[in-house]
Amino acid sequence: MSAATDTVALAPRQRGPVATFFIRLIREKPLGAIGAAIFLVFLFCGVFADYLAPYGVNQISPANRLKPPSARFWLGTDHLGRDMLSRILYGAQLSVIIGFAAATLATVISVLLGIVTGYLGGKVDLIVQRLVDAWMSFPELIILIVVVSVLGPGMVQVIFVLGLTFGIGGSRIIRGAVVSVREQMYVHSAQSMGAGTPRILLQHILPNVLPPVIVLFTTRVGAVILVESGLSFLGFGVPPPAPTWGGMLSGTGRTYMYLAPWLALAPGLCLTLVVYGINVLGDAMRDLLDPRMRGSR
Amino acid sequence: MLDANVAGSPLLVVENLKVHFPVMSGTVFQKQVASVKAVDGVSFTLNRGETLGLVGESGCGKSTTGLAVLRMLDITGGRVVFDGQDITRHDRAAMRPIRKRMQMVYQDPFGSLNPRMKVVDLIAEPMIVHDILPNRSARSDRARELLALVGLRPDMADRYIHEFSGGQRQRIGVARALAMSPELLICDEPVSALDVSIQAQIVNLFQDLQQSLGLTYVFVAHDLAVVRHISDRIAVMYLGRIVEIADRETLYKRPQHPYTQALLAAVPIPDPEIEATRPQIAVTGEVPSALRPPPGCRFHTRCPRATDVCKTEEPVLRDLGGGQMVSCHHV
Ligand SMILES: Nc1ncnc2c1ncn2[C@@H]1O[C@H](COP(=O)(O)OP(=O)(O)OP(=O)(O)O)[C@@H](O)[C@H]1O
Ligand code: SF4
Ligand SMILES: [Mg+2]
Repeated sequence: MSAATDTVALAPRQRGPVATFFIRLIREKPLGAIGAAIFLVFLFCGVFADYLAPYGVNQISPANRLKPPSARFWLGTDHLGRDMLSRILYGAQLSVIIGFAAATLATVISVLLGIVTGYLGGKVDLIVQRLVDAWMSFPELIILIVVVSVLGPGMVQVIFVLGLTFGIGGSRIIRGAVVSVREQMYVHSAQSMGAGTPRILLQHILPNVLPPVIVLFTTRVGAVILVESGLSFLGFGVPPPAPTWGGMLSGTGRTYMYLAPWLALAPGLCLTLVVYGINVLGDAMRDLLDPRMRGSR
Repeated sequence: MLDANVAGSPLLVVENLKVHFPVMSGTVFQKQVASVKAVDGVSFTLNRGETLGLVGESGCGKSTTGLAVLRMLDITGGRVVFDGQDITRHDRAAMRPIRKRMQMVYQDPFGSLNPRMKVVDLIAEPMIVHDILPNRSARSDRARELLALVGLRPDMADRYIHEFSGGQRQRIGVARALAMSPELLICDEPVSALDVSIQAQIVNLFQDLQQSLGLTYVFVAHDLAVVRHISDRIAVMYLGRIVEIADRETLYKRPQHPYTQALLAAVPIPDPEIEATRPQIAVTGEVPSALRPPPGCRFHTRCPRATDVCKTEEPVLRDLGGGQMVSCHHV
């Protein structure tokens, strides 16, 4: 006992795992840190849109229709004279929430399905995989139309349907990774010493399929935001006048592309930035969490 | 080791062990079309503190024998008796208390240790699984003790596995296997993946540990050079069967089975005079498939002494006295 206390006393100042992670992120993965910064900025904008936005989100001003960017309207105005900057800020709220929530749901579903079927194998795997096939043979649009016609349009419905669809599709990728990790000798070793299934799944399988899980999550955030824009365009997304970036991009942005290019540029750029930020952050996280990559760039 | 023979019952008895893997065909409605007879009638007895060397070419069923003893595989036939208890049909729950008494050391020290766990957690894992030390810092102390026991520095506990060399990793694998103070270790080619210069060190480690902890080993190797110093008895396997089993001295001095003689001929002897004059027996050709082993003596397709009787009649293991058993028509 005393030996253990001594080592703690001699060890350098202890930091929490989160602080350590961010320090390593900045030191070892500057690009990933930039990604994190971009993401945090948009999150901040979304959360504090009420205070940051110079105008109301749906405040129309017929006199100022389709105005280009100026000192008064930093990002110009749309066909109803609504301030684009304000709408982008509120859009951050919606798009980031939808992207994050649906990608999280999707990843949880993928990991649960992938790990259980990949590790257990056998009949469970066979049956679940055929169900996944069946589900994937329906375009997500059809499923969304059914859900929207039953529950009505709205953010929660979009998150639910996209999370479920992406999650079931992504379970294939996780399952593949699990099947190859399952055959590793360290899993065999844990089994032979009598470790139970929960322990093997949490301690041995999950940490070793983390890289595809992270990549799946980060690509899904971007994909969800993009698909939501397509859905908004068809009228199945979050209904207007809610300011989703996708809605702006595919609605007014497309209609007035030549007359007022800023209407498409602003949401398009924001979308690109957030997706880029999350992707580089995801890559950096994948490397930092891998003990074999310690100290490498 | 002879007094161990006299005192007490054997730790491990394997009787006519058979492990056949079904070969399935069809996608939805699978049916068995054949079976791989990986182990097909293996018997041996192992006393406490003894080491049995298990030798044979790749694919002859050495690992399968080891895994069957650990009950990591379903046993097709025969019996495995561990410390007087027949474990042949034990289910998972019944095996649990026995798991901590028998452990495996793997061939590949790279693949058999989880790269995402620290050394201390790797060694502590079995203690958590079997609830040996409920306290985290006690487990950590014990892990460090075990590291010292296998010849590593205790402060290496906080590193990850990729920072170690092959020999060091194998020592960690041994420390992990020893964490529950097992009685029997199944060492499946524990030095085959290591540099020749390191192999002797690791074999010495196994010997030292056996001395100090009274361990019993099944020590698998694919040639007779490695098991020479550590084994009390040696079993030579060919296509799922033991063809010769004898005390170490007897086996090296008076090998009787043509296959044993061929394996020994492949081991260089450091004395040039003996090396020059000893008979050279070469075995050529491939090992036949375990799916369809040859009729009669399984070795007849490659045996330099094979005659007609070998092709039709299966030889049985005969006791030649002095604990030496051989299965060959012409001995
Ligand atoms: N799970 C399995 N399913 C089907 N066949 C198997 C399985 N495991 C082993 N075999 C077959 O059983 C035979 C014996 O294999 P085993 O691994 O026991 O050999 P080995 O003596 O350990 O060889 P090596 O020196 O290559 O490790 C081989 O023909 C192998 O192909
Ligand atoms: S029985 Fe015949 S084939 Fe088999 S080992 Fe003896 S001599 Fe060779
Ligand atoms: Mg083997």
